[in-house]
Amino acid sequence: MDILKVSHITKNFGKNAVIRDLSFSVPEHCVFGFIGQNGAGKTTTMKMILGLLRQDDGEIFVNGEKVTFGQNCTNRYIGYLPDVPEFYGFMTPAEYLLMCGEITGMKRDEIRMRSQELLELTGLGSVKKRIHGFSRGMKQRLGIAQALLNRPRLLICDEPTSALDPVGRKEILDILCSVKNETTVLFSTHILSDVERICDHIALLHGGTLALCGTMEEVRNMRKGTGIEIEFFSAQDMNQFVHLYGKGTAAGETKLKLTNKNETDMVEIMGLLSQNSIPVLRLERLEPTLEDLFLEVVNQ
Amino acid sequence: MTQLTAFTKKELTEQIRTGRLLILAALFCLFGIMNPAIAKITPWMMELMSEQLAESGMIVGQVTVNAMTSWTQFFKNMQIALVIFLVMFSGILTSEYQKGTLILILTKGMKRWKILASKAAVVTIFWTLGCLVSCGITYGYNAFFWDNAIASHLFFSVFCFYLMGLWLITVMMSVSVCLMSSSAVVLGTGGIFAVVYLLGLLPHLKAYLPPFLMESYPLLIGTSKPEEYLTAAAITLIWSVLNLMLSVIIFNRRA
Repeated sequence: MDILKVSHITKNFGKNAVIRDLSFSVPEHCVFGFIGQNGAGKTTTMKMILGLLRQDDGEIFVNGEKVTFGQNCTNRYIGYLPDVPEFYGFMTPAEYLLMCGEITGMKRDEIRMRSQELLELTGLGSVKKRIHGFSRGMKQRLGIAQALLNRPRLLICDEPTSALDPVGRKEILDILCSVKNETTVLFSTHILSDVERICDHIALLHGGTLALCGTMEEVRNMRKGTGIEIEFFSAQDMNQFVHLYGKGTAAGETKLKLTNKNETDMVEIMGLLSQNSIPVLRLERLEPTLEDLFLEVVNQ
Repeated sequence: MTQLTAFTKKELTEQIRTGRLLILAALFCLFGIMNPAIAKITPWMMELMSEQLAESGMIVGQVTVNAMTSWTQFFKNMQIALVIFLVMFSGILTSEYQKGTLILILTKGMKRWKILASKAAVVTIFWTLGCLVSCGITYGYNAFFWDNAIASHLFFSVFCFYLMGLWLITVMMSVSVCLMSSSAVVLGTGGIFAVVYLLGLLPHLKAYLPPFLMESYPLLIGTSKPEEYLTAAAITLIWSVLNLMLSVIIFNRRA
C-alpha cells in the first residue's frame, strides 16, 4: 500500500509556478529520496503534504486520508523534521518530548518510555542541559527524536543533512537507516551521495515537475552503462591492446576508456586480452552515477 | 484539553525561565508602592521647591495628601504599567513565527485555536495578577497611612481599568496574528488605540468606547455613577471576545 499519494498538485507563488502537475506515490517501508536543486520545490511540496501550505490544484493523500490545509488530521500519521528544526531553548530535550507527546495525545507512561528510547537512539540520553546550548547536529538529532515520538507511519525529513559536518551527516543517515523497519522515510536532499547510501526509491524534482521517479534500480537502468574502463599494469600493455583492438580514450598512462560498448564487446575484449596474455589490473563496466543522471536532467 | 494544558504549561515555564515573570512581579510591586510613596513625599517635595516657586510668584500653602492623592497616582501609573506590559508581551506570537518554533507544534496535530487560547490565557492571568498585586499594595499602604473610604467606587474603577487592559491585550493578539515582528505589533496596537481614543473625543461616542473606562477620577470623587460606565464596559467585553474570534479566524488561514 502507498503511505503517501500526491496527485496532480500545482502551486504558484504570485506568477511564479513552483510546482506544476506533480504526481508520485511513496510505498510503505522504504526510504524515499526526494532530490532536486535548491529552489526546485522540495520544501514547498513537503509543506503541502503537512497541510502547512495550500495547493492551488490537485490532491494529497496520507495513509489513504485526504490532506486538508490548516486543521489536517493526517498529521497524526506523520513525523516531520524541518531542515533547521527550532525548539524552545528554555526546555530540556526530555521536557520538549513530553510536551510533544502530550500534544499528540500519547499517554504519560508511553511518552516517558518512548522518549527515553529515542533519546538513547539519537545519542542524547545523557544530555540534561537545556536546548539553547545545543549544537546544530544535536538539534537535528533531537528533531528526529521528536519526529519519531508517536511512531509515525511516515517520517518526512527536509534536507536533514545539508547543514551538518561529515560526522553529523553520518549519524543522521545511520539513524534514518535504522528506523526503516518501523516507518517510511521521505527525505529531501541535494546531496546525491546520501541518496545513494540509504534510499531505495527516488524522485527527481526539476522545474516543478517530476523528471525521474522509481526504485534506485529502475532509475539506474534507465540509462545503462555504455562504457568500459580497463586499467593495465603498464603503458606497454595498454599500447599493445590499443594496437590489437583499436583506439580508445586514454584516461591516464595505464587507463583506457572505451565508449559505446555492449556485453558482446565486453566478451570480445576479454577474449582478446586472454589470447594475447595481456594482464589487467581492472576491467570495469561503467555505470552512470546518480550525479550523471542528475546533471543530465538538470542540463536538459 | 491535554493539548491546551501542555501548551499553557510551556507558556508558563517560558515566562518563569526567561525571567519575564520576575520582571513583571517587580514592575507591579514597584508601581504599587510608588503611589502611596509619591503621595507621602509630595508635601516634603513641595516644601523643598517652595522657595523656587515663590521666586516665580507661586506661593505654596498647606499641602494635604490623603488616600485620594495616592489613588489618583495609581491610575496614572497603571497606564504606564499597561504600556510596559503590552510591550513585554508584544512578541508572544511573532517571536514564534520568526524562530519557526510553531512549525513542529503544528505538525504534531496541535489545533491552531488552542495555541492562541493558551497564549491569551497566560497574558490574561499575568495582567489579572499584576492588577491585583499593584492594587493590593496601594490599598494596604493607603489603609495604613490614611483611609481608603475617601475614594468612592474604588474597586469598580480598578475593574474598569482592568477591563480596558484586557481589551488592549485582545487587540494585541489580533494584531499579532497578522504581523511578523514585535515592533510592528506595538505600533499596530498603539495605532488602533490612538484611533479609538480620538473617536472617543467626539461627545456622542465617548461613553461607548473602551478608553472611557480609564476616566476613573469622576468615579472616585463620586461625581459619576458606575451605571454610566456599564455600556462602555459591556462594549469593551464584547469587542474583546470579537477580537479573539477574529484572531482565531485569521490564524487558521495563515500559511
